[in-house]
Amino acid sequence: MASLITCPHCGTRPKEEFSIRGAALKRPDPAASEKDWHAYVYLRENPKGRYQEYWHHAAGCRRWLIVERDNVTHDVFAVSDAAAVRGASE
Amino acid sequence: MTSYRLGSAGTVNRGQPLTFTFDGKSYKGFDGDTLASALLANDQMLMGRSFKYHRPRGPVTAGSSEPNALMTIGTGARAEPNVRATVAELYNGLTAVSQNRWPSLSTDIGAINGLLSPMLGAGFYYKTFMWPAALWEKLYEPVIRRAAGLGKLAMQADPDRYEKSWAHCDLLVIGSGPAGLMAALAAGRAGARVMLADEGFLLGGSLLSESASVGGVSALDFVKAAIEELASLPNVTLMPRTTVFGWYDDMVFGAVERVQKHVAVPSPDLPMERLWRIVAKRAILASGSEERPLVFGGNDKPGVMTASAMRTYANRYGVAAGGKVAVFTNGGSGYRTASDLIAAGVDVTTIIDARAQSADAVPEGVRMIRGGAVVDTKGRKRIDALIAERSGFQEEIACDALAMSGGWSPIVHLMCQRGAKPVWSDEAQAFLAPDVGSAFVAAGSAAGAQTISASLRDGAAKAAALARELGFAAYEMNIPEVEGEYDPAFAPVWYVPGAKGKAFVDLQNDVAVSDLGLAQREGFGHIEHTKRYTTAGMATDQGKLGNVNTIGIVAGMRGVSPAQIGTTTFRPFYTPVSFGALAGTSRGEHAAPTRTSPLHDWAKKNGATFVEAGLWHRSSWFARAGERTWRESVDREVQTVRSNAGLCDVSTLGKIEIFGTGAAEFLNRVYCNNFLKLPVGKARYGLMLREDGMILDDGTTSRLSENHYVMTTTTAYAGEVMAHLEFAAQTFWPELDVRFVSVTDQWAQMSLAGPKARTIMSRVVEDDISDAAFPYLGARAVTLRGGLKARLFRISFSGELAYELAVPSGYGEAVADAIMEAGRDEGICAYGVEALNVLRIEKGFVTHSEIDGRTTPDDLGFGRMMAMQKPDFIGKRQSSRFGLTAADRLQLVGLRPLEKLEEFSAGAHLLKEDATPAMANDQGWVSSVCQSPTLGHTIGLALMKSGRERYGETIVVWDGLRGGQVLAQVCPPVFVDPENRKLQG
Repeated sequence: MASLITCPHCGTRPKEEFSIRGAALKRPDPAASEKDWHAYVYLRENPKGRYQEYWHHAAGCRRWLIVERDNVTHDVFAVSDAAAVRGASE
Repeated sequence: MTSYRLGSAGTVNRGQPLTFTFDGKSYKGFDGDTLASALLANDQMLMGRSFKYHRPRGPVTAGSSEPNALMTIGTGARAEPNVRATVAELYNGLTAVSQNRWPSLSTDIGAINGLLSPMLGAGFYYKTFMWPAALWEKLYEPVIRRAAGLGKLAMQADPDRYEKSWAHCDLLVIGSGPAGLMAALAAGRAGARVMLADEGFLLGGSLLSESASVGGVSALDFVKAAIEELASLPNVTLMPRTTVFGWYDDMVFGAVERVQKHVAVPSPDLPMERLWRIVAKRAILASGSEERPLVFGGNDKPGVMTASAMRTYANRYGVAAGGKVAVFTNGGSGYRTASDLIAAGVDVTTIIDARAQSADAVPEGVRMIRGGAVVDTKGRKRIDALIAERSGFQEEIACDALAMSGGWSPIVHLMCQRGAKPVWSDEAQAFLAPDVGSAFVAAGSAAGAQTISASLRDGAAKAAALARELGFAAYEMNIPEVEGEYDPAFAPVWYVPGAKGKAFVDLQNDVAVSDLGLAQREGFGHIEHTKRYTTAGMATDQGKLGNVNTIGIVAGMRGVSPAQIGTTTFRPFYTPVSFGALAGTSRGEHAAPTRTSPLHDWAKKNGATFVEAGLWHRSSWFARAGERTWRESVDREVQTVRSNAGLCDVSTLGKIEIFGTGAAEFLNRVYCNNFLKLPVGKARYGLMLREDGMILDDGTTSRLSENHYVMTTTTAYAGEVMAHLEFAAQTFWPELDVRFVSVTDQWAQMSLAGPKARTIMSRVVEDDISDAAFPYLGARAVTLRGGLKARLFRISFSGELAYELAVPSGYGEAVADAIMEAGRDEGICAYGVEALNVLRIEKGFVTHSEIDGRTTPDDLGFGRMMAMQKPDFIGKRQSSRFGLTAADRLQLVGLRPLEKLEEFSAGAHLLKEDATPAMANDQGWVSSVCQSPTLGHTIGLALMKSGRERYGETIVVWDGLRGGQVLAQVCPPVFVDPENRKLQG
């Protein structure tokens, strides 16, 4: 019924405030290969265990977050602001 | 009628008598009674009929695991079925009705099933009602459902309120018996924030039924003092009547508090029940243990109950289960019941102990049968004798109640809800709580402690350790001395063989030992299969009482240990939770709110009929006097717009303000067409793609100043587009300076369309809006006559000269009124979304009927809009992949019937003439259809294979769903003013 996500902006909030988009993949460079783009748009790893996902704090700060969690145990290991992560790696 | 109320014992308040009815008959009880204890005090042992065989049943427990005494409590819309009488708190005027019987509880026609029981064993339904299958829904299932069942729903809306709350604590203690009380005291004194929850209406758990003394005073006085101290601690919250039903991720516990289930007249200011989500840093499971019934022939007769239940009725409620009691036990609990009953003045005739010897003290004057067993019972609505057997010799012993004790099982349900399985212990002959980490631990008898003193110690020690872990100073607890406790040790007896009648293992579902045997013989040996095949462990009690016996018996049949059989899966909820509590305040409009436009009242007074579009109520058409059908109104509205002017509410479109120095670059990347050079004061139509190349949404975006834009989206995709923009800005291009605000509800927006639109609008707007000053696609702030600031856009969704005027929501109605007034002499009318749809189909404009997630810009004729020379935009890379550029893709075309009077519908498919209707011959499908008053016949938009190359072709519009086919001619999708003369006029 419930699990809690610690939003870096809003603190610990119930998961009902969030919507989940799926794998936190980095968008390829516009000039990347056809293969990379195909993988980005269509292919998903769907691992059992640790997984990084995009979560949207839709009923909160409206920020997109990267949530690293275990999809078997539901343990949440890290929550970070996606812009901070993606911005840093640019 | 005999009174079974004992002299003075118990916690019931004899100074406060209560009146209630059961099956229409009036009874008296006391404040502090449960419905079951009050009925027992009135010699009403028969409380229900069993599920399948309709056997007479009485209560077998005094708690929440009760499988038999299920009743419907309350009347009218408040009638609640399947309430366990053993936990239902008595109140004045309570109305209870028995279930699953006809015509009455004592004379039940359905009891004939009992005579047929040899035919009705496990799997009966699967084997019998096989053929013809068609009869299953119509005949078999309704008949079975009527014959076998529980209570019936009131079928009326629930009149009560419910609410949900969150709570946070350092330590949640679940259960307020000896372990729970000491745990709460230890952590509470240490200063931790403690919540103590118990399903009972009095805190104290098993201590409320205990005859031993604790700390030199009675167990009851010990409880009172402990509760008093806990209540005085500001850091402790006491939660009686609160069942913790589930354990979820991140130490969140679900609990339901029955706020006023126990009051005669519920207060409208309070919820009936409150659903709690409790976030606990640590939790202690002090839920105690369940006494197991013994499985022997006739063990389901009214009057047969667990030894601990009989003690509870006597010690807590001051009620004797019978006048002449026998005991069948395999451990100390049976002896304790005998001595407690004798102390209360009840006649105990015989103790039958399955063990050949034991150290338990036999009360004076009670006959002992050691190494014996009960093999059958007699009596119908109440047991009147039992058949005992020892060494092959049987004798009949008269009794009107029989206490049974088959040992104890820790209640570990909550700890097993997240995948961990309970662990079998040969030593305890029970399944024990699994290790689920250090944050949630079991204490007391839930952890296998056997005695009260062990539970007191365990609860205190474990809570102290958890408090220390959380950084609270250690608090030294004195463990009170317990005097007069008994040894509950037992030797397992899974069932008594040689039963003549049925020996029930699951009382609620009428599952007997013979059914378990059948399941093994027929290949349903795995315990999860056995459960489904026999229904053991299903329904409202979920096998709380019977499951461990089921496992033990199946283990015996297969010659293995219960450890090898294992348990079935534990899931929330521990006990049934009402839908009302789970829904909370999310009912009716609180679950699906009605969204009305700021122009709703304007539309209403102009005669609008509304249509639901998602949560929105949109004005659909505006009927005038004399118009008999919606078509007449819509035709008139369309013709008025084409000849004069019409005003339409478009406030429901999504509106997003976009700011920032990076806004232009950002828009250029989220739209597939060019936006970088959109001039200030101009609007542009844009298409947003998904990364896979399909169109996500369309709309116009206007540049109001250098770094300020306003975007419109379709009504349905307003939320999705907002999230999409935020996603793109934050995860793709966080370096761009761009911000978004949704302003959908802040602006009332109306479209004024028609050849006279400019004349009318210029009467409302101060600014010069001549074609030269405000050309097609102009967009800027204007001042209305009277001084109101507004936004004006020269955009059109009808093909006519048109303006969209946006004003702050609160001014919407007044401005719309002013426009209608200004246009009265020009023949203006209000038009709704039906006319809007006709106008746009006539003009070949697309909506989400065409943008259905499978179409590319080129499919809809927007191929040349795509700015493929841009270095990047969302969807660019996949747009050129094979398949999205194939020549035979479905393309947008128009359709007109060859015979003017013929009609077709959206959803119909297209076939070449003389082709067989088959997927292989499919040429596409019709996406939008209307009756065009401008052309005087049906027109349609369709997505058709290589459609643009096939203008002029005759095609079959085939409608397999509604029947019929029509010949149509393929044509360009723009039916009216293809040169856009009106639009730009």
